[in-house]
Parts: sequence; structure tokens; C-alpha cells
Amino acid sequence: MTDIWEGIVEGKRAEHHHGWPRFEVDRDGWTRAGEALAQGRLIFAGLWGEKAAIHMAVLAEEAGKAAVLTLACPDLTFPSVGRLHPPAIRPERTAHDLFGLVPEGALDLRPWLDHGRWGVRFPLGACEPAPADGVPYAFLPVEGESLHQIPVGPVHAGIIEPGHFRFTANGETVVRLEARLGYVHKGIEGLMQGATLARAAELAGRVSGDSTVAYAFAFARAAEAALGIEAPPRAVFLRALMAELERSANHLGDFGAICNDAAFALMLAHCAVLRERVLRAAEASFGHRMMRDRIVPGGVACDLEPAGAAAIASLVKEIRARLPALIDLYDNTASLQDRTVGTGILKPELARQFGAGGYVGRASGRAFDTRRALPYAPYDRLTFEVPVMQEGDVNARVWVRIKEVEQSLSLIDQILELMPEGPLRVEIASPGTPVEAAAMVEGFRGDVLVWLRIGADGLVERCHPRDPSWFQWPLLEAVIEGNIVADFPLCNKSFNCSYSGHDL
Amino acid sequence: MDLILSFLIQAAQMAVVLALAPLLTGFVRKVKARLLRRQGASVIQPYRDLARLLRKEVVLAQNASWLFRVIPYLIFAATWVAAALVPTFAGGLLFSWTADLIAIIALLGSARFFLALAGMDVGTSFGGIGASREVMIASLAEPAMLLTVFALALVAGSTQLSTVAAVLATPEVGLRVSLAMALIALVMVALAENARIPVDNPATHLELTMVHEAMVLEYSGRHLAMIEFAASLKLLLYISLIACVFVPWGIAAPGSGLAGFALGATAYLAKLAVGGFLLAFFETSIAKMRVFRVPDFLGVALMLSLLGTLLLFASRSL
Repeated sequence: MTDIWEGIVEGKRAEHHHGWPRFEVDRDGWTRAGEALAQGRLIFAGLWGEKAAIHMAVLAEEAGKAAVLTLACPDLTFPSVGRLHPPAIRPERTAHDLFGLVPEGALDLRPWLDHGRWGVRFPLGACEPAPADGVPYAFLPVEGESLHQIPVGPVHAGIIEPGHFRFTANGETVVRLEARLGYVHKGIEGLMQGATLARAAELAGRVSGDSTVAYAFAFARAAEAALGIEAPPRAVFLRALMAELERSANHLGDFGAICNDAAFALMLAHCAVLRERVLRAAEASFGHRMMRDRIVPGGVACDLEPAGAAAIASLVKEIRARLPALIDLYDNTASLQDRTVGTGILKPELARQFGAGGYVGRASGRAFDTRRALPYAPYDRLTFEVPVMQEGDVNARVWVRIKEVEQSLSLIDQILELMPEGPLRVEIASPGTPVEAAAMVEGFRGDVLVWLRIGADGLVERCHPRDPSWFQWPLLEAVIEGNIVADFPLCNKSFNCSYSGHDL
Repeated sequence: MDLILSFLIQAAQMAVVLALAPLLTGFVRKVKARLLRRQGASVIQPYRDLARLLRKEVVLAQNASWLFRVIPYLIFAATWVAAALVPTFAGGLLFSWTADLIAIIALLGSARFFLALAGMDVGTSFGGIGASREVMIASLAEPAMLLTVFALALVAGSTQLSTVAAVLATPEVGLRVSLAMALIALVMVALAENARIPVDNPATHLELTMVHEAMVLEYSGRHLAMIEFAASLKLLLYISLIACVFVPWGIAAPGSGLAGFALGATAYLAKLAVGGFLLAFFETSIAKMRVFRVPDFLGVALMLSLLGTLLLFASRSL
């Protein structure tokens, strides 16, 4: 068996790491992996710290393989990957904020999640008292004639999550956008350390409210892989059913919300009704509109209610009946098309470089879908298409969503048809020895990665949930450049990145 | 006696526009909500909003100048006077001799000038963006409006609104292409001037896309009430203006009896309702255009009004 990692990643394979291999590399190996990322031979999938180590997840996209690289850093320094490969910059800044790990040679050492309001520095590392006088955050300088800055947020006029956007504009044209995030840092990773698996699964489901199913799914898969157990077949199908319901609800909501940002409220009204139908079907099926805490390590917490299958079947019928009219409306409203077509173009090279997942990547020619690339049950038994478009504009991102809703409906049909009877969950025992695993699940925004280490006592030692937004936020900044200020809300909504999932 | 009567009628007109303006705004919102299959707020919600704002404390930015505090009243006064000049239910009012279309444009232009100043006064970036966009729109909307006025004046031989309405109500005018062009141009200008979709969105919460709302972001309390009231008055003014010029039927002639006034009032209310409904329907069926498309939109209005005027000149000389 030829190992696809040979020649790219050298290092000792860690024992007790399941799901994906984990390699313990030295500094040279780490840097070489960074170079492989920069050359595009690997895709960057996440970087997170630990007390005296740094981890990085990489994908070999063509081969459909993923791995975790670990560099022990007893002196709290590691060679910067962000220096070679920009998508790693923000995760490195975060690793510094949380653990005090210093990326050597990094281009940008400004704090990222740490706004100087925690009272301590490196809360998960040395946890030393923070200096009282906070340093003001230095936005990147912009030079040129007749430029002006527009600070937006973190508190916005609408009811959305907080984030600060610093525009530098020349009249209406955006010269540079710099986002500052971290306002909804909740300390999820800190809370997870030492938590029981059940508690940690709940926390994972609260990383980003609109993706609660995807996070719980990813966490449960990671936990099961680490413990070497498998969820019963019925539970696996129920999980996929919930995931597809969540995807449809969010895509429908986004479809309307994007149009509403072009002041076309009619679409929002129709889509909001459809989204509400999905949520009500979820309530009827699983007893919770957002299906929170329904996926647990070892299986699922509840069965499909007797009325649920019928509710979902009629939901699928209703969406199938009503969605074509909305698509026609979208397609035939010239004023709306004028806003979405050609606005906020994301170049395919950038989407690939940043490993952008979800509709952001798939609207820019990156055909990555975890369900297809790193298949997991039950998607390996279901047929579906991964819609890909090349244009990369707002319109393409809308269309990818529409097509994914159609695919989700077909998946829901198949799941209801194929769902076996049987038990819902298996018992979980303590592993007796520390075990680790990584798992990736396709949420509605893209690939949700969870890396987990469970201690011998069965408590979580370290868990890192990585939102797809990590690699979409920087692209939003690239997309708006050269566009006009007034088009930002439209571009932003078409990305719909998560603040909460990113800020952890 | 005549003087007292005409004074009373003029006073009634001023009171009527004041009383009806929030109702019209509420009606348009209600129709929009119903078209979106929402229940919508009650049509009298704008009155409640105004009452609430009047009760509330005014929060001023630290660096707000006296201008910032005075401007809401200036805007309200200018808009109210302008709205009172447009014949609504009766023509030939006491102020009719001043009810000149150009005077109305000048009043609204001053109000806008002051609003743009207020937007920049506090020095926030949104106020600046709003003011610059507003002035860009105005620089195209005002010429289009003036050319429309010229087209009307050529037909009626006067820029005085009562006279224009009276002349256009006569059958001799007939159907004219130039008037149709002037109507379309005036409607487009009205949409732009009132910050409606597709030029601006009165209901948006997206700071970066705002025009009118961006300028008034810093206002609160009674100041905001004045500005909101003025915005309602302006909407009423434009619908009344279009109605009085292009659908002048039913307006009570000077000296007509009580029945004439009653008929005029009913006709006026019907016109407002139709105008409000059409506005809501149009706004629901179209998306907002890109900011840089607005000059194209208003350019069309300008060209149409110019063409209308030229056509009238050409037909005269034949």
C-alpha cells in the first residue's frame, strides 16, 4: 500500500489517533508541510495549539485523505506557516492569543481573538495576568490620496452578530476592508477541557447556533472514532436527516435574506415561510426546531416522532411545489439579477488557496464537499450531486444554495426510504488510555472539523472545533476590494460567515 | 367675508396635509406588509411613532453644532409650507399666487440642503456617505423636476399650480405624448426624492446602503420626529402634486359650495389611496438598484422631461 503522505509528510505516526493519521513532525517537517501548502499540494484545514504543541490539519484533496500534523514546541515557538501560506495567519494569531505559542517569522503578530478584555493573557496556556494598559489594535495602514475610512460595527443596526469592519474607501469604491472579529469569544475550548463527553457534545452544539446539528454530528463522529465505537445504523440515518433539514432551512433562509439585502423583501417573505416550515417539521420530528442536542456521542438522543416522517414527507412535497416559482421570480426579476450577477467575484485560485468550503468554494469552482471527498456514513450509501459553479459572484452563491436545497430534498427522500429500524445509541465506556480522533462533517456553510483528545478517565482533554468561516472571512475581504461600499451587505450576506463559530 | 373664508380654507388645507401625511405613510407600509403576506403594523402606527419620539429625550452628539439642532425644524417648516401650497382638495387658495412649482422645488431643495449639512455636521462617516449620495441624487433629480415643470408650464402657460391644474382639467388639453413623458419623469423623480426603492430603501437596517436614513442616523427624540414628519409630508406632497397636475379632476374650484369641497376631499382621498397603493406595489416588485445606477435612472427622467419639453416646442412652431 503506497502511502500518499510519503514524500509530503515525514514523521512518526501517533498511536491511538483514529479517523485520520496524526504525524509527529520536527521543525523541518513542519516547514516542509507549510511549503507543500504554499505550492498547493496540500490544502490547509486548520491549525490549533495545545500547551506545548501545535497541530495542523491538512487535506490531500485529490486523494481524498486528511491528516493532522503535530509539532512539539517546548519553547513555545514554532515556524510560522502563515509566512508561507496566508490562510494560516489568523489561526496562528489565535494560537498565540490562547496558548502563547509564538509563530516564528510570522508577518502579523497582532492579537486576534484577544481584545485585551480577558484580564489574563494566554488563558489556555501560561494564563498570566494581562498588563493593565491595553494596546490599541493597529489596523493595517492604507496610503493614498482622498481615501477615507468607514468604521462599521461591532454593533450593527440590524439584529446580527457583532463584528467590526474597517473600510478604506475612495468615494464609493472600497480600497481595503479589514475585519476584526473575536467579539463573541465564549471560551468554548477552555470550557471543553476537562468536560465529560456529554457536556462537551452540548458545548459543541452551541459553537454556532445555525449549525448546531453539524457541530454535534462532527463532535459525535470524532468521539466515536476515538473510542472505536460505531453509532447504530438507524442513528446514522437520523443524523443525516437532521443535517439535511438544517442545510435546507439555512439555505432557504439565506436565499431570502440575500434578496432582502437588495431590498427585494418579497423573496424574504416567501423564503421565511419555507424555512419556518422546515423548522416546524424538525420540531414535529425531533422535538426541537433547531434539533439541538439531538446528536450525541454514540448515537442520537431521540427517535423520529411517529408524526415526524409524515411531516417531513409533506414538507419535501411543499418545498418542491413552491421553490420553482421562487426560482423563476429570482431569475426573472431584472433589477435583482442586476444586483447579484457580477457582484463580489471570488476568483477560483483564491477559493482553492484558502480551501474555501461550502457554497463559497463551490460557487468558485472548488468542488469540495466533505460528504463526497471524505465520505462518511450514511452518505456513502446515498446518491447526490455536488453542484459547482465557476462564476464566483453573488448569483453563483445563490444558485449553489438553491441546487443544494434540491439535493437535500432528494437526500431526505432517500434517507426516509432507506432508514433501518434498530437501536438509537450505544453505550460509551472510558477508553482506559488517552485516545484522539479528527472528524469532518459538511455543515451548511462548509466543512466543520472537530479534533478531539479524550483522556484515560473519559474526560475531554483538548477539543478544537474549526468552523468553515475561518477560511471564508479573509476571502470576503478580498471579494469586496474594488466593489462599492453599498454592495458590501450583499456580498457579506452571500458569504454568511459565522461570527460565533469563528470566535469560539 | 371672502377673505376670512379663503383664509379658513387655506388653514384647512394646511391642517389636512399635516393630519394625513403620517396616515399615508402608514397606509403605504400596511399595503407593503399585506403584499408580503405579513399582518403589518396598524395604519396609525406612524402617529404613535411620532408621539413616542416627541416624548423621548434628545441625545446629541458632543460635537453637534447649533445647526444640527435647528435643522429639523427648518426642514419641517419648509416641507410643510411646500405641501400646503399644492392644491389638494380645493384650488385657488389664499396662498395660490405663491403656489408656484418653482417655489415648491426651491423649498424642497433648501430642506435637502440643510439635511445634507446636518448629515455632515456631526462628522460620522455614515452621515458623510449619506450626504454625498443624497447630493448626487439631487443634482440629477432637480433638473429633471425643473424640466418637467417647464413642460407643464408650456401647456398651461403658467407655473402656478392652481392654474396648471385648472388648465389640465379642461378637455382642450387632450392626450399628449409630452405630458405622458412628463408624468413618467415626475414619478421617477418622486421615487428618488422620497428615498423609495429602487433608489433608496426606507426600511433598511444596512448602514452601508442607506441614503436618507444615513443622514438622520444621529437624530433622536423630537428632532427625529420632525424629520420623520417632514419625510411623510414630502411623500404626501409628491403624490398630491402628481394627482393635482395629471389627475386634476374633482378639485373644488374657488367659490364652490360645501358640496364642491366635499367632492374635492373625497376625490383627494381616493387619489392618495391609489397613489399609495401603486407605490407599495411598485416597491414590492423591484429590487434596489446599485448606487451608481441611480444616475442612469434619473438620467432617463431628465431625458424624458427634456424630450417632453422639446416636443411641446416643436408642436408649437408647426
